[in-house]
Amino acid sequence: MTAQIHNQDRAPVLAVEGLNVRIASENGPFAVVSDMSLSVAAGETVCIVGESGCGKSMTALALLRLLPEAASVAAGRIEIDGQDFLAMGQHQVEDYRGEKIAMIFQEPLTALNPVLTIGEQIAEGVRQHRKVGKKEAWARAVEVLKLVQMPDPTRRATQYPHELSGGMRQRAMIALALACEPRIIVADEPTTALDVTIQAQILGLIKDLQTRLGTAQVLITHDLGVVAEVADRVIVMYAGRKVEEASVYELFDNPIHPYTRGLMGAIPRGQSADRLTDIAGTVPPLWNLPKGCAFAPRCPGASARCREERPPFEEKSPGHFAACWEHDNV
Amino acid sequence: MSEAAAPLLKVEGLKVHFPIRKGVLQRQVGAVKAVDGVDFTLGRGETLSLVGESGCGKSTTGLALMGLVKATEGSVSFDGQTVGSFHGATLRNYRKRMQIVFQDPFSSLNPRQRVRDIIRAPLDIHNVGTMAERKERVSELMARVGLRPDQADNFAHQFSGGQRQRIGIARALALKPDIIVCDEPVSALDVSVQAQILNLLADLQRDLGVSYLFISHDLGVVEHISHQVAVMYLGKIVELAPKAAIFASPTHPYSELLMKSAPSLDPRNRHTFEARNDDIPSATNKPSGCPFHTRCPLATDECKRIEPALTARADGRLVACHHR
Repeated sequence: MTAQIHNQDRAPVLAVEGLNVRIASENGPFAVVSDMSLSVAAGETVCIVGESGCGKSMTALALLRLLPEAASVAAGRIEIDGQDFLAMGQHQVEDYRGEKIAMIFQEPLTALNPVLTIGEQIAEGVRQHRKVGKKEAWARAVEVLKLVQMPDPTRRATQYPHELSGGMRQRAMIALALACEPRIIVADEPTTALDVTIQAQILGLIKDLQTRLGTAQVLITHDLGVVAEVADRVIVMYAGRKVEEASVYELFDNPIHPYTRGLMGAIPRGQSADRLTDIAGTVPPLWNLPKGCAFAPRCPGASARCREERPPFEEKSPGHFAACWEHDNV
Repeated sequence: MSEAAAPLLKVEGLKVHFPIRKGVLQRQVGAVKAVDGVDFTLGRGETLSLVGESGCGKSTTGLALMGLVKATEGSVSFDGQTVGSFHGATLRNYRKRMQIVFQDPFSSLNPRQRVRDIIRAPLDIHNVGTMAERKERVSELMARVGLRPDQADNFAHQFSGGQRQRIGIARALALKPDIIVCDEPVSALDVSVQAQILNLLADLQRDLGVSYLFISHDLGVVEHISHQVAVMYLGKIVELAPKAAIFASPTHPYSELLMKSAPSLDPRNRHTFEARNDDIPSATNKPSGCPFHTRCPLATDECKRIEPALTARADGRLVACHHR
């Protein structure tokens, strides 16, 4: 299924169709992402939410063509501004990265280069894409550090990543991603490594920058709280596939898929008298998925059909998609 | 909350300072004041949560109570007796009655040991029962935490994260402790599995009457599991109150900031987060006066000079603030 939700009034900046990512292993290849489709318009934030091993980070890496060596795109199309990104040669891909599409990683300490100052790293990126001198590139670095509200940006530009706090490092990474004004930002768990008060500041910053710059955003997270704060549209992934997609309001008001409902019930909200509705069992390994619906072994409403046949990802109500045979009975 | 009965655990003026040494002579040039004067009590069958951000001293407090780091100052009394005076048998007995579950179920279990040996270790160390009884107890514990007793011969790496945390809990339960220190027991787990473990902890408390000192940075989890909540900032408790009170109306400005920073889970009721950047002090470099004054909207000159004491408010909660 390549069901797509297009935003009627805006053309997508990023469009993904039927993306399949495979990993080669000793016991043969297995799929980590299957039939992934999504589209993001300028100024829009699409959140991909799911638990460890659901394929959300592999999707993010595939979007930038930064997959690790063992992984490869087996099928599908990625279009950036209408151009076929997967068909491009290495040179053009490097031109696109930073200029058109950029990534914010979870852990800035490992993503930033420890032996270059923050300013050098940003300026290097700028010079790769723009014909500017060293001075100009440095000035741009300080300018974007100011944009991400780095305190004392002129001095911070001369410091190394280890000299900054976690929150400031994440600001530096956002500055690095924004330096060449990309049309699309892919952020993989951008606040997961941060304390909650710093997370609030970084989420505030990401929202603020998007309003001002109109970037299209794909935000990968495991945290439904973050989704509720920033998403326009939400894709829920399980075992490498989309299981549900809807606007953020629709998803929180009427979750369809039993997995989405399970996730929402599992979040502690403070009523200590209530038991949390946990989801029994654990995520199946991707190299040994059950036949039929991958969620069936953990699903309270699974029928014989669910265990035999994989449910199609289809529109259940206007703009609300899910892959479930039994959602009416759960 | 047992007002009348003596608390099971009473902690007074607990300090843990780590020296900072420099130069060839390794002279002490300063100290990381990880825990800097913490007082609280924990009743039987009760859950007290220590909540705060990285570096606030919550984990060090737990480790100090377990004797896993050495306290610099302070007194701890357990069941009416001062722990500092414990030696030999009494100290061993205290250790039996207080156990810990660690955050990371991957590094806190020995990968070369079989599950039955991991869970049996405390029984061996404290010489509880005969070999046959210990074996029986291991099966009972595995069933109790939701593991299949026939998995006893497996190694820890053959289990998922949630199952490993169950193993850690079974090990902590082996000696029938009165208190379990839970140091971020669910923060390494996915949310669906986290719910399983939180439910298990609640069941165990209901059935066994065990008390938890629950250390967490996650306000949702804390609000779910606690009876009492202590908010920590840079080595101090800044507010201590019953769960319902502190979540309904946080009094200390830092408690308030924490609650305001937690995502809403309601897209129609989003927070307006400020993009502003705070320069956040650390335990090596603590501000004078109130440790929170550098980030506090209410801070005055008094806050910069005089550190507020943790004192009772009209509703009984304890707050360390000059202005609230």
